[in-house]
Amino acid sequence: MATAEAEAPAQEVGAVQAFTVTLIVRRFDPEKDAEPYWEDFDVEMYSTDRVLDALHKIKWDQDGTLSFRRSCAHGICGSDAMRINGRNRLACKTLIKDLDVTKPIYVEAIKGLPLEKDLIVDMEPFFESYRAVQPFLIASDKPEKERIQTIEDRARFDDTTKCILCAACTSSCPVFWTDGQYFGPAAIVNAHRFIFDSRDEAAQVRLDILNDKEGVWRCRTTFNCSEACPRGIEVTKAIAEVKQAILTGRP
Amino acid sequence: MSITDTAPATPEVSTHHHQFDVVIVGAGGAGMRAAIEAGPNAKTAVISKLYPTRSHTGAAQGGMAAALANVEEDSWEWHTFDTVKGGDYLVDQDAAEILAKEAIDAIIDLENMGLPFNRTPDGKIDQRRFGGHTRDHGKAPVRRACYAADRTGHMILQTLFQNCVKLGIEFYNEYYVLDLVMSEVNGERVASGVVAYELATGDLHVFHAKSVVFATGGFGKIYKTTSNAHTLTGDGVGIIWRKGIPLEDMEFFQFHPTGLAGLGILLTEGARGEGAILRNASGERFMERYAPTIKDLAPRDIISRCMVQEVAEGRGAGPNKDYVLLDCTHLGAEVLETKLPDITEFARTYLGVDPVHEPVPVMPTAHYAMGGIPTNIKAEVLSDNDTVVKGLYAAGECACVSVHGSNRLGTNSLLDINVFGKRAGRYAVEYANGAEFAPLPEDPAKEVRELVERLRGANGAERLATLRKTLQEEMDKNAQVFRTEESLASVTQTIQELRERYQNIGIQDRGKRFNTDLLEAIELGFLLDIAEVVVYSARNRKESRGGHMRDDFPDRNDADYMQHTMAYLTGDAHSADASDHIRMDWKPVTITHYQPMERKY
Repeated sequence: MATAEAEAPAQEVGAVQAFTVTLIVRRFDPEKDAEPYWEDFDVEMYSTDRVLDALHKIKWDQDGTLSFRRSCAHGICGSDAMRINGRNRLACKTLIKDLDVTKPIYVEAIKGLPLEKDLIVDMEPFFESYRAVQPFLIASDKPEKERIQTIEDRARFDDTTKCILCAACTSSCPVFWTDGQYFGPAAIVNAHRFIFDSRDEAAQVRLDILNDKEGVWRCRTTFNCSEACPRGIEVTKAIAEVKQAILTGRP
Repeated sequence: MSITDTAPATPEVSTHHHQFDVVIVGAGGAGMRAAIEAGPNAKTAVISKLYPTRSHTGAAQGGMAAALANVEEDSWEWHTFDTVKGGDYLVDQDAAEILAKEAIDAIIDLENMGLPFNRTPDGKIDQRRFGGHTRDHGKAPVRRACYAADRTGHMILQTLFQNCVKLGIEFYNEYYVLDLVMSEVNGERVASGVVAYELATGDLHVFHAKSVVFATGGFGKIYKTTSNAHTLTGDGVGIIWRKGIPLEDMEFFQFHPTGLAGLGILLTEGARGEGAILRNASGERFMERYAPTIKDLAPRDIISRCMVQEVAEGRGAGPNKDYVLLDCTHLGAEVLETKLPDITEFARTYLGVDPVHEPVPVMPTAHYAMGGIPTNIKAEVLSDNDTVVKGLYAAGECACVSVHGSNRLGTNSLLDINVFGKRAGRYAVEYANGAEFAPLPEDPAKEVRELVERLRGANGAERLATLRKTLQEEMDKNAQVFRTEESLASVTQTIQELRERYQNIGIQDRGKRFNTDLLEAIELGFLLDIAEVVVYSARNRKESRGGHMRDDFPDRNDADYMQHTMAYLTGDAHSADASDHIRMDWKPVTITHYQPMERKY
């Protein structure tokens, strides 16, 4: 372990070579452009760099007008979901080495939400769906101490507590692309988080909300959402569990 | 400030007006906890430069301390002592008592709001060990940190946001507050609102308020290697500074021991709480030599210094011998996957190292500002050692109350935001409900409008990315874990040059919609102001205490320095030379029960 690290040949670090990567970014400035267009940038990168580093290099060294959201830069805040080579990912969690750099890397805004500028979309419709499922604990008791919850009951909804509201799932969903009224996977994930929480008393309310024509039944089980989730949440499974709960009338 | 301005006239900026009893700036843990307290009792708005769930509270991992005694004997009094000792006695002990005592309700509040804590076999909130938290005044580590895997901050941020949604709190997202408005009432300067720049449109918004709460977080981006988000640029602290309100204990910056080597991404201390061990190149558990009683669970300042020392003395691991190793391999896959899943993934994703099978390269990373806006225990902001600025409150990392002294204990920041965020909300409402709106100055947005218009047209030759990178690299080199007069003088010189060059920056985006180029230029201005105060304060403290280690003054010196630093702006905040506009002063430390002793672990 430690010794193996220490014995690694000294030239290894110096041997890391920078190489040129071409990014093709879908640009749109609402103050100038009638339509979005694609623009090429060449950047010097290391294989352990992230796509976010490439975007920063463009913004900081080449074109300050390139606009995108980012904050934590390690996959926790959910700011920088975007379409990278046609797949929804977080730019800060996508390493250059995991992409085929012999070809250009295509980067564009996530789909299905109104485009604001370059890689930035209007997140308001997304948060509106989130708010609509009552994403908060509803419990009438007023305990003096903590509520008791078994380890098993806590584990029941663990997967869906990981959501960072990045919209990678919702904006990868073909149903959402064609029907912006659909709640979308993220809202259902956040409903699931409370429906299956043993402390919550309003599962039925949320199941009724999601039994709507724009609710869970719009899901066509294409699994795009599960593949897109940067937190590894089994989104499609969570949606299936909500469907099941509606059918059986209980979580 | 005189930014080069020869660009064509920019389109006129629209200014909108709003009125709220309480305006909270920042939507991280402290801001949203304040909002939950204020919202039901007064007309409240929360203004944030991000969407609330993007705030950096979400990156906190390991836990939140509270002496619940769910798994072993504990008491809030022991927690108070640990906090005071952890802060190397520069902690205000009245505030630390409140922190430790109110911790218990703060945890219960969060659980009742829905936070999914890990549970004990009998269904209670589970607790884990953390650095510096001990049983009976230092006898052994104690299990005090309440946690949800290694996502405790994420769960707190989500839970607080969920409850803000439940309460219908009004948010102004992606509004960047750039000024605090102050008005003269009966010969007294009081807070009367804030001015914000709306990122989506470029419009300005004046928020007239009775109470203003600053909960704007930290400023880790003055450093290159940091666990902090790109957006943590010290805007709130900078605004307060430019208003002539002093800043307290700014030299005390915490370097978290276990950042992923070369990247600075945080790996929780909870890993060591679960039993992980730091090793040098030869595999030695070196903390046994430095802190024989609690070893790898010594406070962060001590561990970070030891790590840097191990590397400096040639015992670093890796091809360049420039890091140490966090060994989790003996914990087993199950503990890693269930209790430390996120950091396991970070190591795999960003370093290609699997902690289940191999130790993870780590080095200290700039993590947390102990200093900030001076407040009292009601979260009221102070304009000197004891004068309250009416209507102005601060809580969380941007504030200095001071519960962390010269070194914060792990898990005490998530606690701080909950205890003092709640207090800020409560006292902001109490004041608002008994106060009238102070009349606003004639054109409260004037200065911000001029700043934004000048910067939007700035076409100087200097690139802001270059200036920022130079600042961050020089701060890492000269004002990090170890400091000397020489290193601090060197970075003082750098900052002065950068502040001159900043006057000649150029930006490329002239638009009004989502102009993040302009945003970064403004942020850099705040970073330069803050770095200047940090370094100036560090030069003034010629001793070593907690997070401030002076190689040239290696000992703690209670006779001269057992007091808080207070830095005052006395001239033009934008002038390049710090000595013509900063005055240093001191403030006594509040001692209740614990006289300073030698700090050994």
